[in-house]
Amino acid sequence: MITADSLDTDIHTYLKRHENKQLLRFVTVGSVDDGKSTLIGRLLYDTRGVYEDQLADARSGPDGQVDLARITDGLQAEREQGITIDVAYRYFTTRTRKFIIADTPGHVQYTRNMATGASTANVAIILIDARLGVLQQSRRHAYIASLLGIPNLVVAINKMDLRGYDQGVYEAIKADFTAFAKRLSFREVRFFPISALQGDNCVTTSPNTPWYDGGTILEYLETVDIDSDRNFDDFRLPVQIVLRPNLDYRGFAGQIASGTVRVGDTVTVLPSGKSSRVTAIDAYEDELPEAFTPQSVTLRLADEIDISRGDILVSGGHQPTVTRQFDASVVWMHEQPLDPAKTYLIKHTTRYVPVSVAAVRSKIDLETLQTVDADTLALNDIGRLTLTAHRPLVVDPYTRNRATGAFIIIDSLTNDTVAAGMIASDDGQGGVEATTGGQPRSGVSHAERHKRLGQTGASVWLTGLPASGKSSIAYALERRLFDLGYLPAVVDADDHGDAALFEHERQLPAAELGATAAASARAGLVTICAFGTRTAADRAAARTAATGRDGRLPTLEVHVATPADVCAQRDTRGLWSREDAAQYEPPASPDLVVDGLDTDEAVAAIIALLRGRGILSR
Amino acid sequence: MTLPHPTLTHLRALEAESIHIIREVAAEFENPVMLYSIGKDSAVMLRLAMKAFAPGTLPFPLLHIDTTFKFRDMITFRDEFTRANNLKLLVHTNPDALAAGINPFTHGSAKYTHEMKTVALRQALTAGGYDAAFGGARRDEEKSRAKERIYSFRDEFHQWDPKSQRPELWSLYNGKIRKGQSIRVFPLSNWTELDVWQYIYLENIPIVPLYLAAERPLVQRDGVWIMVDDDRLPLLPGEVPEMKMARFRTLGCYPLSGAVLSNATTLPEVIQEMLEARHSERQGRVIDHDEAGSMEKKKRDGYF
Repeated sequence: MITADSLDTDIHTYLKRHENKQLLRFVTVGSVDDGKSTLIGRLLYDTRGVYEDQLADARSGPDGQVDLARITDGLQAEREQGITIDVAYRYFTTRTRKFIIADTPGHVQYTRNMATGASTANVAIILIDARLGVLQQSRRHAYIASLLGIPNLVVAINKMDLRGYDQGVYEAIKADFTAFAKRLSFREVRFFPISALQGDNCVTTSPNTPWYDGGTILEYLETVDIDSDRNFDDFRLPVQIVLRPNLDYRGFAGQIASGTVRVGDTVTVLPSGKSSRVTAIDAYEDELPEAFTPQSVTLRLADEIDISRGDILVSGGHQPTVTRQFDASVVWMHEQPLDPAKTYLIKHTTRYVPVSVAAVRSKIDLETLQTVDADTLALNDIGRLTLTAHRPLVVDPYTRNRATGAFIIIDSLTNDTVAAGMIASDDGQGGVEATTGGQPRSGVSHAERHKRLGQTGASVWLTGLPASGKSSIAYALERRLFDLGYLPAVVDADDHGDAALFEHERQLPAAELGATAAASARAGLVTICAFGTRTAADRAAARTAATGRDGRLPTLEVHVATPADVCAQRDTRGLWSREDAAQYEPPASPDLVVDGLDTDEAVAAIIALLRGRGILSR
Repeated sequence: MTLPHPTLTHLRALEAESIHIIREVAAEFENPVMLYSIGKDSAVMLRLAMKAFAPGTLPFPLLHIDTTFKFRDMITFRDEFTRANNLKLLVHTNPDALAAGINPFTHGSAKYTHEMKTVALRQALTAGGYDAAFGGARRDEEKSRAKERIYSFRDEFHQWDPKSQRPELWSLYNGKIRKGQSIRVFPLSNWTELDVWQYIYLENIPIVPLYLAAERPLVQRDGVWIMVDDDRLPLLPGEVPEMKMARFRTLGCYPLSGAVLSNATTLPEVIQEMLEARHSERQGRVIDHDEAGSMEKKKRDGYF
């Protein structure tokens, strides 16, 4: 099989063939040592996408061997640092297609660069080192590729030569990855056992893997269906510029973002909602009967309606949403984190609009790929925001339309591009929740609750000897907080059966009580807990549960250090014994120590602590 | 059952992308200019710009940085083509360097290029107050170009910082700049050399005849064939120009442009030779050979 587009026919046949090629864009992702540069070097080298003098730079060693990884070497500054720090684009062609590779680095700023490379890609290639298997990083990369809407995923299981081309190794990695990829939204996931260094199954079929008959990566890239990647159903033409060369001509120029348009079609101008009929589709010297995505054209309409840059001409069954408020998945790309109080600018299609952050709803923990609560987004974070635009936008969900569902966020002071956004559909699909298996999540963020209540949900754990005054302090604190205008709650051991039983038989269900506190704190309440957690182990279990799934709910430990003999005198319920007192393990590093002799003083000290920690902010 | 979708060929997809970029810049910037080098890439970029605004005319002028050592055929072509197509052309030469008699022979190619190209370009851009300048560079030309953005941001001194470029996603270009800053725009970023030739061929775009082989007076220096385009080229002792069939893969200043010996007198023949040669087109340019990473250094200084 000849894959390189060599000059094996006369030049006219060759040119005809080249003229009719399709364009496929793909992104390669992987970590530093998994052979990504080698794979790209291999594809370029085997398809003769490298010129001789560029190749000369990549010949190293006395034997003049080509170092494939060096073909894609980048800027001098990066070479000196020994790392690639940005997205680089490479080009090669075969007999059927022209390819654009977005080569993205695997470590520093991986999310930002990957999102950039992935935004226009038809296919993502993820490299997995056969010796290491599916790493968390591989999952992360696949997740980002899925989020950015790349329809096709190639999983290249590389360095098979170092595992003796063992089918078992390949199958195990494939099974592992397949189980994970079920949670993602790829149209197709394909696996290839390769050695980029030796060339197995990259461009030519390998004799070393007789058990594998799935073809090479290049064959796949040459044949994978990319026509379905674009939306041909919904016509969208964001107007870039109005051409008025003379009084008789008024044309609306732009690139067709999706769908097709014919002369005679009725199109609607959004956001104004006015309609007209297409009288001509101009493309330079030609008038076209119809045009389709992604052509750049100029439309003329029958009626003199007001249309300017930023408007969108639409037709077709599925109408876009005209809205000022929408939810979006956002990839934060700047060192300066999101400031939810700030007004940003977004560019959506051909329109710049100021936006405010109505809510930071969540973000993705890129280690676990779980949704967690968030108050802001930092560099390389992926999160979910509710945005309020200061003017209406004409949007489609990103999953339905990459062109009208995407936007970038610009810092209006520095003009930097700080984030990329993908508009979620009305039913909430296609967002950052993609990998949580569809579990509904809270739509109210910590920040929103804080704004309304003037307090941050937290747990205050009072610990001390039996009869040390924990309960008295707890209820006094509750009253005081309530009087100050806050919303407190006491989680009482009585809610969990007989407190005496817990304290005597030492069957304190610490985790259960902690979870109750977490639920209350998550709701935004200042939650006061006063159980006799005697041992460090009990307290650790309670604390783990109380800080919540993401470990972010504030949990403060207050040691009520009433002297033992005072406790013994106070004990009216028969709970106290010298034996218990001896077994009590005082907390090693409480946030606060109070004296149970003066309840008011203790309450004041705890309130000061809560203010100091920013939990109370009125 | 759905009907098969119409698809664009890769060239038409590239064309649509480039036109989109050119229109975006024209709509968002106050005072754009198109750098016109008279070469094949400029010819394609100019055609795309004419398409972008048809049936109207270009909403920005062309700017040619004339080093005074361009091939005579280039200047003739430039003047005839712009006149025939009713294009507004601005020509700038660094007056200080001209007065000082800076030339590639006595001052060396590095100094000459810096003064007559880089400094001259900065002068012209500053004088015109341009906030966007189109250039015909492609990412496949050279390694340091592979990471170049389509919108390339320059500071007040026209300098490029490879570490502070903005991420570019989808086809959403961030055109917001502060006063004094500017961008260079590369609408041909995703085109390859073959794409450019094929498009010229398909669209029948006029090009400078130097791209096609003809009998030309050449001398060989350090393995590079240099054309004796006028009597300013000092001949070394014993050097006698020979008439040879030759053409140029890239056009610039004649003393710095290497010719390739060739019999390709038609475009298909030129493309055929290009495919067979498998040598990077920049090899014929003397300036890239000065030192490793030289293009990157020039870009930081404000060269395209």
